[in-house]
Amino acid sequence: MKVSGAEIVVESLKKEGVTHIFGYPGGVVLNLFDYLYDAKDIKLLLTRHEQGATHMADGYARSTGRVGVALVTSGPGATNTVTGIATAAMDSIPIVVLTGQVPTMLIGNDAFQEADIVGITRPCTKYNYLVKNIDDLADTIREAFHIASTGRPGPVLIDLPRDISSGMANFNWPEKVQIRSYNPTVEGNRKMIEKAVEEISKSKKPVIIAGGGVILSGASEELKELAEFTQVPVTTTLMGIGSFPSTHHLSLGMPGMHGTYYANMAIQNSDLIVAIGMRFDDRVTGKISAFAPNATIVHIDIDPTSIRKNVHVDVPIVGDCKNVLKTLNQIVKAGKQPQWTEIRKSWLKQLDDWKELRPLCYKYSDTVIKPQYVIEKLYEATGGDAIITTEVGQNQMWAAQFFKFDKPRTFLSSGGLGTMGYGFPAAIGAQVANPGKTVIDIAGDGSIQMNIQELATAVIYELPVKVAILNNRYLGMVRQWQELFFKERYSHSHLNTVPDFVKVAEAYSAVGLRAEKPSEVEPVIREALKTNKTVFMDFVIDWKEKVFPMVPAGAAIDQMMFDDEEVPKKETKKLKAIK
Amino acid sequence: MRHTISVQVENKFGVLSRVAGLFSGRGYNIESISVGETIDPKISVMTIVTSGENQIVEQINKQLNKLIDVIKVQDLFDVDHVEREMVLVKIAPPQEQKAEVLRLAEIFRGRVVDSSLKTYTIEITGDEKKIEAFLELVKPMGVKEFVRSGKIAIAREKTKS
Ligand SMILES: Cc1ncc(C[n+]2csc(CCOP(=O)(O)OP(=O)(O)O)c2C)c(N)n1
Ligand SMILES: [Mg+2]
Repeated sequence: MKVSGAEIVVESLKKEGVTHIFGYPGGVVLNLFDYLYDAKDIKLLLTRHEQGATHMADGYARSTGRVGVALVTSGPGATNTVTGIATAAMDSIPIVVLTGQVPTMLIGNDAFQEADIVGITRPCTKYNYLVKNIDDLADTIREAFHIASTGRPGPVLIDLPRDISSGMANFNWPEKVQIRSYNPTVEGNRKMIEKAVEEISKSKKPVIIAGGGVILSGASEELKELAEFTQVPVTTTLMGIGSFPSTHHLSLGMPGMHGTYYANMAIQNSDLIVAIGMRFDDRVTGKISAFAPNATIVHIDIDPTSIRKNVHVDVPIVGDCKNVLKTLNQIVKAGKQPQWTEIRKSWLKQLDDWKELRPLCYKYSDTVIKPQYVIEKLYEATGGDAIITTEVGQNQMWAAQFFKFDKPRTFLSSGGLGTMGYGFPAAIGAQVANPGKTVIDIAGDGSIQMNIQELATAVIYELPVKVAILNNRYLGMVRQWQELFFKERYSHSHLNTVPDFVKVAEAYSAVGLRAEKPSEVEPVIREALKTNKTVFMDFVIDWKEKVFPMVPAGAAIDQMMFDDEEVPKKETKKLKAIK
Repeated sequence: MRHTISVQVENKFGVLSRVAGLFSGRGYNIESISVGETIDPKISVMTIVTSGENQIVEQINKQLNKLIDVIKVQDLFDVDHVEREMVLVKIAPPQEQKAEVLRLAEIFRGRVVDSSLKTYTIEITGDEKKIEAFLELVKPMGVKEFVRSGKIAIAREKTKS
């Protein structure tokens, strides 16, 4: 029996276990929307912008590990998804974006609302398709989900000409996918893993750098087992936050440009780095030639191109982090046991000294709200049991530094692309996937305005997302760079107090709350967490506050700048940059 | 270092631009690229000539492999192989050099594939050195234009001893 292309698409999505689609209609996808109108077991959430739809699919995916799905129309609908797709690509997030396209006959004719979205997104998708034959439709969707979710995950786009979704064909769901040219290596090479074990047993000053790959492969347990058994401290990159408990005594927090003093010192002084599911991004390494000068590097990653791309690697292991760590742990435990606590004693002591010398800190004020204080209070009020998303800028760094994350998939942030406007729609997507959970977007006053229209989506679908706006009236991170590196010339970084976020929230029938004094912070948070509605919390913070430590661009990561005022009393050295 | 890389790809719409886009997007050199069908019509082979430091060429090989449509990547740098390129040269020699042009073509085992009152079009096939040598020799004799095919290459079969 022949069925419509629209039916094939939707039924295929259901076969893939899709329950939610984030979408926005338009001319060439009306057949699909019509079929979705009364489709069972699958719900389309109407967003207010296609960028929002892709970030929601992304937040859905990051918070669950399942593939997120967006559906939009051709031309402007499709081009509006590009930032969301590129964001997912940089952070290896599995999403499938379905775009409408003008009828096959008209492709290439500059037809109304035609855009070559396959061409436009080729460099920012893991793979993309233009479906030209309706008989390929089901197979294409099956392949797309397979490619998006396996190996190093990533976004896949499927472009659907109108005559494909409106055409008729038999629906044959392929039980298996087999792509001869796509076979990710998931098991690590045993010889190399043995070598890694040897290095770990030999090392006196080892550090694990855990990245987003640990979360993507679900390897947190294995990571913890390794760290605890061999007594190796762990630093988690921005993307790796949550892969190892921040509250663990072996945790060093985040490394890199705004990393902790002790994480950066540990890396620079280490004799062994075990890099797991991370890619030596320049925000992590700083000046590459001065990075971890004395360390042997073991690098575990599923993507061979990540290995030896930026740094020299002594023991490369291509494979899925979880598989590799499982094998590695087995080998460690089966082998000759050094006295782990004994051989690590002086190194761990050194790390404790560094932690004590320069902990993450800020100067509390009881007249003006400090952003770090807001985040601490959010942590206290939620007991850490929340999904936190962030925007980009100072807000993102403070969230990464001052909230504590003990579980994977609870910190969602645009690390690779650094997309302002990511956090709010991502929070909505995460809330859709995790109904009972507290979901908070830690936002900047600039970033929140990049997708503020999604307030409507949150309100209409009764999603109780909370947004904590750290309102400094500035594009704060830009202002910080201008203060430090551009002689305090604040060119176009001042936002003024526009808009009134409380009124904006209220205009969308959400709840708006404001705190202007430190004493108001806790009551506002408590009230926000109590209500079952979408809430904007407008925290009017000290605009002068900066993110520290900071490694200036191009410097080695132990060349950190600190806010002198922040140095704890017992610290006697008063250096701007210390080596 | 210059590397000739032979890439087997699915003969699908858009593959060439995926490969070309990889080189331009990541700033890799591409000296020549040639594409054609193979014994299996579903597979094409691209011969790419590129250059860069070892670490870059290693990345190029890995990045090519990572493309979903790429079936196999073979860097011929350390592989005994045969390579060929073709050039079509249109020459308008002065009357007194016409014979010399034809003689050179013969020495290089070329063929005259077109001629007019004033011009000869000569086809030369060979490795890069041979082609460059021929072009060098005929340059002063009135070369009007030439077109090169880009290199194609194939690994030598190991001879049994
Ligand atoms: C879409 C986009 N445009 C520009 C930038 C560059 N950028 C990085 S941080 C930043 C300022 C962000 O301001 P705000 O959201 O208020 O955050 P704050 O730093 O003040 O916490 C800008 C403009 C970006 N990351 N993303
Ligand atoms: Mg701001």
